[in-house]
Amino acid sequence: MSDEKKPVTRLNTPVRLEYTIQPGRELTGFLRGMMARRIVGRRCPECSLVYVPPRGACPTCGVSTASDAVLDGNGTVTTFCVVHIPFEGQRLKPPYACAWVLLDGADSTLLHIIGNVDVEEVRMGMRVKPVWVPDEELGPTLESIAYFEPSGQPDAEYDTYKEHL
Amino acid sequence: MRDVAIVGFAQVPNLRRGGGRDGVEMVLEVANAVRTQTGLDKDEIGFTVSGSCDFLRGAPFAFVMALDGVGPFPPIAESHVEMDGAWALYEAWVRLQHGDIDTALVYCFGISSAGDLPDVMTMQLDPYTVAPLWPDAVSVAALQARALLDGGRYSERDMAEVASANRRRGQGNPYAHLTGDFDPEALLADPYLVAPLRRHDCPPISDGACAVILAAGDKAKACAERPAWIRGIDHRIDPHHLGSRDLTACASASLAAEAAGVGADKLDVVELHAPFTHQELILRDAMGIDADAVQLNPSGGALCANPIMVAGLTRLGEAAQRIMDGDADRAMAHATSGPALQQNLVCVMEGE
Repeated sequence: MSDEKKPVTRLNTPVRLEYTIQPGRELTGFLRGMMARRIVGRRCPECSLVYVPPRGACPTCGVSTASDAVLDGNGTVTTFCVVHIPFEGQRLKPPYACAWVLLDGADSTLLHIIGNVDVEEVRMGMRVKPVWVPDEELGPTLESIAYFEPSGQPDAEYDTYKEHL
Repeated sequence: MRDVAIVGFAQVPNLRRGGGRDGVEMVLEVANAVRTQTGLDKDEIGFTVSGSCDFLRGAPFAFVMALDGVGPFPPIAESHVEMDGAWALYEAWVRLQHGDIDTALVYCFGISSAGDLPDVMTMQLDPYTVAPLWPDAVSVAALQARALLDGGRYSERDMAEVASANRRRGQGNPYAHLTGDFDPEALLADPYLVAPLRRHDCPPISDGACAVILAAGDKAKACAERPAWIRGIDHRIDPHHLGSRDLTACASASLAAEAAGVGADKLDVVELHAPFTHQELILRDAMGIDADAVQLNPSGGALCANPIMVAGLTRLGEAAQRIMDGDADRAMAHATSGPALQQNLVCVMEGE
């Protein structure tokens, strides 16, 4: 087939846009906490639920989550998956486990990596605690927590996290 | 048709960099304000619909995060348009015509200043033959302005007068971003930004949010002393490709104005959504608006505050507010979306 008759199957139009994100008043407190190895959630003044990270508003009450709730970082794996596939931009070497972690004192779950444990051992109800990056790497980001690792506490009862799956 | 009215309107002060607030925080404020104005509780809202664009925030599903601001749990009946909030209002108006609900909350937010806005706006252009050339929003507007000036009907002086008039009127608007008393002659002494546009021909880059409550029939009368009844509403669209239409004519605005019944009676107030000075001149001609016979853009319009995805619904809210306040009997509001006035919506409202 001559070139003129070949269909055009691809058009590359690279796009790059840079943003300076303002996290908003409520998320700012959480991000500042990350720089100081503190996990700062926000509590809804009406229903008392604690959101970590803060959401800017309580989705049930439609009000500002007004007050800080500082958590100690201990939590429970509610559900998880093990990543086996490599992809572009991947920072960890597969296999590794991603999990929803329900922090003690929180009513929302946090997505993070489970490390320092064989992926075969990661399970629902496993108790975990954060491993922070070295001081010089701390920043206003959830990446200030390198990963969560098993805390050695006995597994949590299913009933304690069944509402968070 | 069911009688539907705007019964509440709220906005936040328009600011560069949003005054440190995220979209959800601004939505929370305006949603609570309109519910307070109308005396409606969260569970009395029949339908919620929003307008925004995730390209502005640079975050996928930013509109879902913002939804928290209205308290959407337990699940509510909700919809979203990736357009200015004026089109969300149109969807709400259609929804209210179904007859089974009486109230709707419409909101929109725009974090216009997170990215380089003129470049971000390039993403709305044809992705194959136009966007790869990266004509930014100011350049596209300048193309349109050049076409208008070359037509001979208007001069750069006319454009400067539009800037001067709007920014003078905007001084009375506490939510406006850029206002002042500018002499057109002095403005013309400035250098070009993108010829033939000077800085004063362009809108400020504003972050903002606004919300409106629509109510039907007797419910509207219960929510507001003097509802702004929607007597006509229509929206039309011109071809997307900039080369396939007359950039100085805006046929979609003409059709929308005609279908909404703009010319049926005298107008007291007109709010035009014209982010660039020459666009007001094009729109006035396209919709038959005599700037001397009406109160034009008493808010100062988009030249005083231009939160993307919000400035259109703000025009409807500003016009409605003047009816609700008893300062006008018949008002027209216009909203635009897309490149170079591609999409246009017109809403005609009346008091009793």
